[in-house]
Amino acid sequence: MSRHVDTVTDAAANPDAAQPFAELGLKPDEYQQIREILGRRPTSAELAMYSVMWSEHCSYKSSKVHLRQFGDKKPETDALLVGIGENAGVVDIGDGWAVTFKVESHNHPSYVEPYQGAATGIGGIVRDILSMGARPVAVMDPLRFGAADHPDTRRVLPGVVAGIGGYGNCLGLPNIGGEVVFDSSYQGNPLVNALCVGTMRHEDIHLASAKGVGNLVVLYGAKTGGDGIGGVSVLASETFDEGGPAKRPSVQVGDPFMEKLLIECTLEVLHAGLVEGIQDLGGAGISCATSELASNGEGGMHVRLDAVPLRDATLTPEEILMSESQERMCAVVTPEKIDAFLAICRKWDVTADVIGEVTSTGRLVIEWHGEIIVDVPPRTVAHDGPVYNRPLARPDWQDELIASGSSELARPSTAVEIRDTIMTMVASPNLAAKTWITSQYDRYVLGNTVLAQPEDSGMVRVDEVTGRGVAVSTDCNGRFAKLDPYNGAKLALAEAYRNVAATGAAPLAVTNCLNFGSPEDPAVMWQFSEAVRGLADGCLELGTPVTGGNVSFYNQTGDTAIHPTPVVGVLGVIEDVTKRTPMGFASAGDVVLLLGETRDELDGSEWAHVVHGHLGGVPPKVDLAAEMVLAALLVEFGGTGALTAAHDLSDGGVAQALVEMALRRGVGAMISLPAEHDAFVALFSESTARVIVTVSPARFDEVMSAAAAAGVLVTRIGSVGEAGSDLVIENVVGDSVTLSLAELSQASEATLPALFG
Amino acid sequence: MTTGMRIGVVTFPGSLDDRDAARAIRVAGGEAVSLWHADADLHGVDAVVLPGGFSYGDYLRCGAIARFAPVMTPLIDAAKGGLPILGICNGFQVLCESHLLPGALVRNDHLHFICRDQKLRIESTSTAWTSGFEVGQEIVIPLKNGEGGYVADENTLDQLEGEGRVVARYLDINPNGSRRDIAGITNERGNVVGLMPHPEHAVESLTGPTTDGLGFFTSVLTSLVNR
Repeated sequence: MSRHVDTVTDAAANPDAAQPFAELGLKPDEYQQIREILGRRPTSAELAMYSVMWSEHCSYKSSKVHLRQFGDKKPETDALLVGIGENAGVVDIGDGWAVTFKVESHNHPSYVEPYQGAATGIGGIVRDILSMGARPVAVMDPLRFGAADHPDTRRVLPGVVAGIGGYGNCLGLPNIGGEVVFDSSYQGNPLVNALCVGTMRHEDIHLASAKGVGNLVVLYGAKTGGDGIGGVSVLASETFDEGGPAKRPSVQVGDPFMEKLLIECTLEVLHAGLVEGIQDLGGAGISCATSELASNGEGGMHVRLDAVPLRDATLTPEEILMSESQERMCAVVTPEKIDAFLAICRKWDVTADVIGEVTSTGRLVIEWHGEIIVDVPPRTVAHDGPVYNRPLARPDWQDELIASGSSELARPSTAVEIRDTIMTMVASPNLAAKTWITSQYDRYVLGNTVLAQPEDSGMVRVDEVTGRGVAVSTDCNGRFAKLDPYNGAKLALAEAYRNVAATGAAPLAVTNCLNFGSPEDPAVMWQFSEAVRGLADGCLELGTPVTGGNVSFYNQTGDTAIHPTPVVGVLGVIEDVTKRTPMGFASAGDVVLLLGETRDELDGSEWAHVVHGHLGGVPPKVDLAAEMVLAALLVEFGGTGALTAAHDLSDGGVAQALVEMALRRGVGAMISLPAEHDAFVALFSESTARVIVTVSPARFDEVMSAAAAAGVLVTRIGSVGEAGSDLVIENVVGDSVTLSLAELSQASEATLPALFG
Repeated sequence: MTTGMRIGVVTFPGSLDDRDAARAIRVAGGEAVSLWHADADLHGVDAVVLPGGFSYGDYLRCGAIARFAPVMTPLIDAAKGGLPILGICNGFQVLCESHLLPGALVRNDHLHFICRDQKLRIESTSTAWTSGFEVGQEIVIPLKNGEGGYVADENTLDQLEGEGRVVARYLDINPNGSRRDIAGITNERGNVVGLMPHPEHAVESLTGPTTDGLGFFTSVLTSLVNR
């Protein structure tokens, strides 16, 4: 090829050449900073690298100053084996087992191209987990869409669901849970978050660093193509604007079959002891992998970019550096072990090429057909990017929003009205059964899925001999976070924590995916800082450290930002998965108990949203001390088999929880509301730190006295019926409400197929 | 309890349920032996399971590339010689592509991947893999496929039904548009069975909807012990 390539020599000889830094997403002062670091203008290849690595998505430049709190407020714990900063945190779950888990966003690509955006979101998070040395064992998807009946939701949701299924199913990872939430605030900015859990033995933990001068840098997996160029910068780090250029070429295209081979191949080279350091290629592609490996290791690396195998021979070096082609990994291997490494790659039909070696020069040098096109200190690319302390200001509308509570809204006041309200809520898109979605995901593969959606948390068996396992739940109520971002983040944490405990697992660690609008808007930045402060304070109080996470900004169209959505994932450990507590009513005659205190808390509730389209007021009170006591009780009695079912109370309150517990196994119940309570509040309040449990009559006294000793308020509200029996609620404004399982099931199951089927 | 019988499980690139199949064999009392697609040797196993998954990414056509894997050469010969072979899901597709079983599996009529607990009726107990069931027995095991619609020409379907070679049928709902609700079939000799649902995911009450799937594996072990 005769096309001229911009070399380091050219940059020195031609220092004032105009460069397209703004088109690549860099600000003028950032461009100036690069010139100062290098003492000259960057080459076009260097500019490409800095532009992707200094993007908001990769550098966390707006969030860094806030995220430090997760470290500063880290609770005392022995559970963390690897903390924040690596590809994913690693947690000790006992018996020599370690678990790594992380949630990441793929929001912008999924709006532009729903199928591939969602598919490669799964692919990316799986490679993060794999690069820690763990076998990926399960995935979950917290999803947010615009209004369920909006035409564009019909474009986005089926594609996202098919992409998650198409990629995850072909990869052989069970999808064990997640969330699906509809709210018009996400109309132009759907949230597609993906969580992956991986397991390994303690001694198998691997880190991303290029150690050992003379060791070889191997790129393996898929060949590099022209897809996903600038995905992290021009796509994920800017808002969508009317009339802007089409961004579809910035979306990556996935090949799950290659990813499956990459998983097996990577685990085999790791277990054979052939790898010194390893890094996945995700956002910012080769730019990220080489600069991070070098920066974390000896500090120097020499790369021959023309050795990178290409899908498209016409790609320029800048495009190769920025490409986000999927299913690629980078490993550091000693010369003695390279033949064995390459042989395993051949066994799995995985392309592998040595593209460089580790040096002690302190420089990342990249050559292209013998000419030097990059010569930079790797730390300046990977770690020492710009840091912004962006202005933040409490929004001027916040007080008005808080003042507009739900107390003026008309409440149902007769048994007939309450019955109608229950049926309306059961069929509403946020509360309706998600079967149409989850049935497109394989929940059985690998044979260790103990609980999957719609259970309170997903649970997988880790050790087939001892039965040790983990449970994971992700939660966030964006409406609560909009009303109060500080407490909204704590509420998300509390709900995920409670969901894990409800299944009998002891909550251990936290991951998060912080989805917000533009950081350049002081109101959004205030929401972000409040949410981070709330989550850090909450984790400290609960004793569950944050192990890692992801920030997604610019979820905003024009001036309209999404509801602040700090999705929180909590991981818990259960010593014996055969002792888990499922959510459905099971045995006739079991006593139904409500644990926790119900207050008149309907602001921001699902009821206000569904029935009145209202959002305002103050979210339910957070009481983390009560959550801890409740969780301890659930874990203790779950483990002894005293609890035959447990279900967390959240969206839709007691009414929705009873319906879900009845529909799970097709078993009804006779419920009698406490006479002293307002029936509407009892059924629809979203007070926190509450669960409904069922207990066999033989264990009733034991549970009652333990709950009383722990200070948990217990209310006996009824008993479980026979299989197929109705759900009957007595004492509803002097009358009783009878709901047949057939009508509940019909109402719950029909909604999503009618919208999307 | 082990029977001493060795059952091979083939791993193609993209096989996913190979570990599950091996577990099911162990739970049933057999010894699971890993067979590698590129190794043209069955290593003396007493039976073979072709597991579910997406061999070669389902590229070209489900099972079309796996059919040409080196391991298939001795496997096809052994099948003709009476070796018990069970193809589950993608394995069923491979068996059809190999012409060990008639017909083909096509995209689900509703065009979505579907994962559900599926009720089946066992229609034939004269195969190596179903001898432990009762004719007419109803079972529930997981089903998960995107291309699970069984099709064949009318004559072939008539022949399969006439010769008692329909092994299992879908009950309550037909989840993928399979002709005549067919969930599984066998060859004339009854040693080769293709099944779209997944018995290997229903061998432990902890992780499966039932333990009904165990019967397929205990059936073959029993028939091997008593041969």
